[in-house]
Amino acid sequence: MAQKKREIVRTTTWSAGPGCHGGCGVLAHIEDGKLVKIEGDPDHPWSQGRLCARCLAMTQYTYHPDRLTKPLKRVGERGEGKWEEISWDEAFDLIEEKMGKIREEYGPESVIFGMGTGRDIPPWICMLAYAYGSPNVMFALSGIACYSPRIAAVETVQGDYCVLDASQWFEKRYDDPRYEVPECIVIWGYNIPATCPDNVFGHWIIDLMKRGTKIIAIDPRLSWFASRAEKWLQLRPGTDGALAVGFMKVILDEGLYDHEWVERWTNAPFLIRKDTGKLLRASDLVQGESEGNFVAWDAARQEPVVWDSANVEYKPPEAIPALKGTHEVTLADGKEVSCWTVWDRFRDEVDQYPLDRVSEITWVPQEDIAAAARLYAKSKPAAIHWGVPIDMTPAITPTTQAIANLWCLTGNLDVPGGNVISRHAFDVVAYALPGGEAIIKLDDAEAASRRIGADRYGPLREFIWRAQPDLVLDQIFTEDPYPIKGMWIQSINPLAGIGLDPKRWLEALEKLDFIAAVDLFMTPTTQIADVVLPAATFLEKDSVRSWWVPLQTVNKAIKVGECRPDIEINFELAKRFDPDFQWETIHDLFDEILSPSGFTFKELQEKGWAFPEEGSSSAPYHRYERGLLRRDKKPGFSTPSGKMELYSSLREEWGLEPVAHYEEPPFTPVTQPDKLEKYPLILSTGRRSAVLFHSEHRNIPWLRALDPDPVVEIHPDTAKERGIGDGEWVWIENWLGKCQYKAAVTRVVPRWMVMATHGWWFPEEKGEKPHLFGTWRSNVNLLFPMGYQGKDGLGTPLKHMLCEVYKVGGGEKENE
Amino acid sequence: MSDRKPEYGLLIDYEYCTGCHACEIACAQEYGWEPGMAGMKIIEVVEPLPKDKAYLAYIPFPTELCVLCARRTKQGLKPACAQHCMAAVIKHGRIEELAKEIHKPRMVLWAPRP
Ligand code: SF4
Ligand code: SF4
Ligand code: SF4
Repeated sequence: MAQKKREIVRTTTWSAGPGCHGGCGVLAHIEDGKLVKIEGDPDHPWSQGRLCARCLAMTQYTYHPDRLTKPLKRVGERGEGKWEEISWDEAFDLIEEKMGKIREEYGPESVIFGMGTGRDIPPWICMLAYAYGSPNVMFALSGIACYSPRIAAVETVQGDYCVLDASQWFEKRYDDPRYEVPECIVIWGYNIPATCPDNVFGHWIIDLMKRGTKIIAIDPRLSWFASRAEKWLQLRPGTDGALAVGFMKVILDEGLYDHEWVERWTNAPFLIRKDTGKLLRASDLVQGESEGNFVAWDAARQEPVVWDSANVEYKPPEAIPALKGTHEVTLADGKEVSCWTVWDRFRDEVDQYPLDRVSEITWVPQEDIAAAARLYAKSKPAAIHWGVPIDMTPAITPTTQAIANLWCLTGNLDVPGGNVISRHAFDVVAYALPGGEAIIKLDDAEAASRRIGADRYGPLREFIWRAQPDLVLDQIFTEDPYPIKGMWIQSINPLAGIGLDPKRWLEALEKLDFIAAVDLFMTPTTQIADVVLPAATFLEKDSVRSWWVPLQTVNKAIKVGECRPDIEINFELAKRFDPDFQWETIHDLFDEILSPSGFTFKELQEKGWAFPEEGSSSAPYHRYERGLLRRDKKPGFSTPSGKMELYSSLREEWGLEPVAHYEEPPFTPVTQPDKLEKYPLILSTGRRSAVLFHSEHRNIPWLRALDPDPVVEIHPDTAKERGIGDGEWVWIENWLGKCQYKAAVTRVVPRWMVMATHGWWFPEEKGEKPHLFGTWRSNVNLLFPMGYQGKDGLGTPLKHMLCEVYKVGGGEKENE
Repeated sequence: MSDRKPEYGLLIDYEYCTGCHACEIACAQEYGWEPGMAGMKIIEVVEPLPKDKAYLAYIPFPTELCVLCARRTKQGLKPACAQHCMAAVIKHGRIEELAKEIHKPRMVLWAPRP
C-alpha cells in the first residue's frame, strides 16, 4: 500500500479544543486534509514538546460524530430539540433580521453578548457587540469571578498585572543568563490539573521545583503541591484575605520588608486627612492646584510637599518625604487638619490582624503562618502563583490587594524569579483588559454609559468593560432600566457550567425574544437557542496570540464540515450591523492588531513566534525603574499617582475601602451559625480535572473514560459518620437545592469540607427539555445563589458554601 | 514466562508525576487504543501518614499494552508518553544506562517487556 502523503502544520493552541488559556506549540499531522495525529512541538519555547491530555485527544474532538457542522434553525418549540439545517447565508440573514428588529425597537443595549472563559474569542465577541452598538458584553459567572477581577485589582494598585516568572520571556528559557530560579513559590489556591491559568504553563512550576524551588502551598485540599510543600497551610476556604494580611503582619513586625522599595516606589508617605479619612490632595492645600496631586510631609523642611503625579516627582524633588508621623496641615481655607501617612494607616490596618486572630479566622496554626511568611520573605527571589479561588469570594479586591502588597513589600515585583509584569507581547492587544487600551473598543461614551452595572460600580464604569452578570439576570426579569430582549451566546454554557442558580438562567433565557448560540457541540444551553452556528477548533482557524509572550500566530490546518472560526462568523455579522465597520478582511484586522510589533500576520506566521527585545515594555525586568511602564517614559507605575498604591486612590474615588483587609464571606460557619445544625459541612466546588475543562469534554471518549462521573470528595471519617462508602451515590443538599454526586472517599479533603466537581452534563443522554442532557442531576450550581457579588460588583462566594451530604436511598425523585 | 531478558525500559521520576494523564492519551493516540486502554496507567495513591497526615502520589505504570515505542525510538524519537509528559519525568533507554541515572529518591525503573 502506498504511503499517504503526510503534511505537518505547525501551530499554536488556543481553544477551542483543549479548552485552555495557554499557547502550546503543536505539530498537526495532516493526511488528505484530515488531522490524523497531533504532537507537541519539541522546538517550541513555551512547551518544549509537551502537550496535555485534552490536546492530545484532538482527533476525537475534531471529528466527533456529534460535532455541529451546519447552521441549525429551531423549528419546534424552544427546547423541544427540533432543528432544521440551513445555509450560512440563511443563518446570517435570520440573525440580521431578528437582532436588527430588537435594535430598532428597544435599542442595541437590549442584546447581551455572552462569553465564556478567556481564549482567543473575546475580542471577536466585543467586536460584534460594539459593531451592533451594545455595551453589554457579559462573562456570565456571578461577580465576573474569574481572573478579570484579579487583573483589575492588581492594575488598580500597581498599574500593570504580573505573573510568576518562569523565564517565559526568553527563548532560551531557564538557561538565559538574565533569569534566576525562584527560591520559593507560594502556590495560592492553585492545583496542577488546572494546567495553564494566567497564561502560564502550569508545569513550568515543576521544572522550577526540579531546579530547587521550594513550595509554600495554601489550599484546604491536600493538593499535589500541598504534598510536596515545605509549608502547607490548610486554610478554611474564603479566608485568604486574612491569611495574606497575617503574612504582612509577620513581615512588618519582623522588619522583613524592603524598606527602600517601600519609600521609593509606594505611596506610603502620602498624607491622609484624619477628619475625612481621605488622601490629602494638592487642591486641599492651594486653590487651583490639581486634585490629582497628592501631599507628603517633607522631613527636611518640616512642611507639606506636593507630589506631582503627572511628572512623578515631588515639588521640589529634593524633599525628604516622611514615612511616619502625624502632622498638622493648614488647608487653603485656613482650616487646620491633622493628617497621618498612608504607611501609618496601612500599619494600623495590618495591626488589626495579630496571628492569634488570623489563626482563629483561617484555622491555620499561628506558628505555621509565621514560618511560611518568613520563608517567603527571606527567600530571594520569591514568587506567588495564584488560582481562581482568589476571585471567588465577594471581597476579591481587598484580598488581591493584600497578596499584591506581599510581592511589593518584599521587593519581588518585576525582578528575575519574582512576580513579573505581564504586558502583552510587543503591546499587541486585541481587546482591552481591565484598565488597558486596545484595537477593539467601544468608542461611543453614551452607549458605554448604558452598560449594565456601570452606574453602580466604579470598576465597571471605568475599568472593566463588562456588563455585571448578576444585574443582567435581574434585569431580564425586571426590565428596569431597560428591557433585555436578545442574547448572543458564544461558547458558553450557563445552564451546565458558568451559571449559578442555573434554573433561573433557564427561565431568563426562555423570556428572551431571540437567542443565537455559537458552539462546537449541542449543550444544555444551545438547546434553548433559536439559531445554533457551528464553530471551529483552533486547528481550523487563523488567529494571533499575545498573552503574554511570545507573540505567535494560530495557523489553520484543516477544515471540518461547514464549521467556521468564531472570528469569521462575527466579522460577517459585524459588517452587516455596522455600515462604518473599519476592516475589509480578517487579515487586515490581524495586521492592525499586530501593528505595534512591526510584523504583518503573514510575516509572523512565517516566523512562528517572536519575543520582545530587551528595552521593550513587554520584556522584563525592573521596568518601573527604567521608565518602561508609563507612556511618558518616566520611571514609576501607570497608576493615578505613578506610585504603587498601598492605599488605593481609585478605590477611594469609588467609595470603597482603599486598603487591603479581610471580610468574612456570607455563607460560612461564622456568618451562618444557625444553618450549621442542618448543613454542617463546608461545600467547595470547582476543583479541576486533568482531562475535562469546565463543562467541556464529557463527550470525548478517551477523556471521559479517565474521569467518568461527577464526584464529590469526602473525608473517610465524614463519610463513615454518614454511612457513605467510596463510589456510592450521594445527595449534596442545602437550603437552595440538591444534586447527586458519586462519593470519592479520600483524605485529600479535610473532615469539615466536601469538594464537588462542576460543569457536569451528560451528552450521551437526551437533549430536549426538560431533560437537557441530565444537567440538573449533578449540577452543584443549584446550591449557589446569584446576587452575592462584592461591593465593587466583583467576586462571588463560590468556594465556601454550606451543605450536608447523605446517601441516595433509592425511591427519591431525580432532579428535574 | 518470557525467557528473553528485557533490554530497554522506562525510568520514571514519580516524585514529579502530577497525574495529568497526558502519557495515557499520548499512547492511546499513537496506537489507537480504545477509551480506557493505554500502554500507561496512572495510579493515584493517597497514603495515610502518622499525625493525621497524608501524601498524594501518582505512579505511572506501564501496562501489558506498552510496546516501549520500538518504532518511534528506532527513528530517534522519544516514546509518545515520554515526549508529551507534562512534567518530563519519563525517560526511555537501555536498562543498564537508566539504572545509572537513579540519582535521587522516588524513582522507578520499569522493564515492561522483553
Ligand atoms: S491546556 Fe495548557 S497544555 Fe493543554 S494545550 Fe492548552 S496550553 Fe497546552
Ligand atoms: S512507551 Fe510507548 S507504548 Fe509504552 S506507554 Fe509509552 S507511549 Fe505507550
Ligand atoms: S504525563 Fe507525566 S506527569 Fe502526566 S501523568 Fe503521565 S507521567 Fe505523570
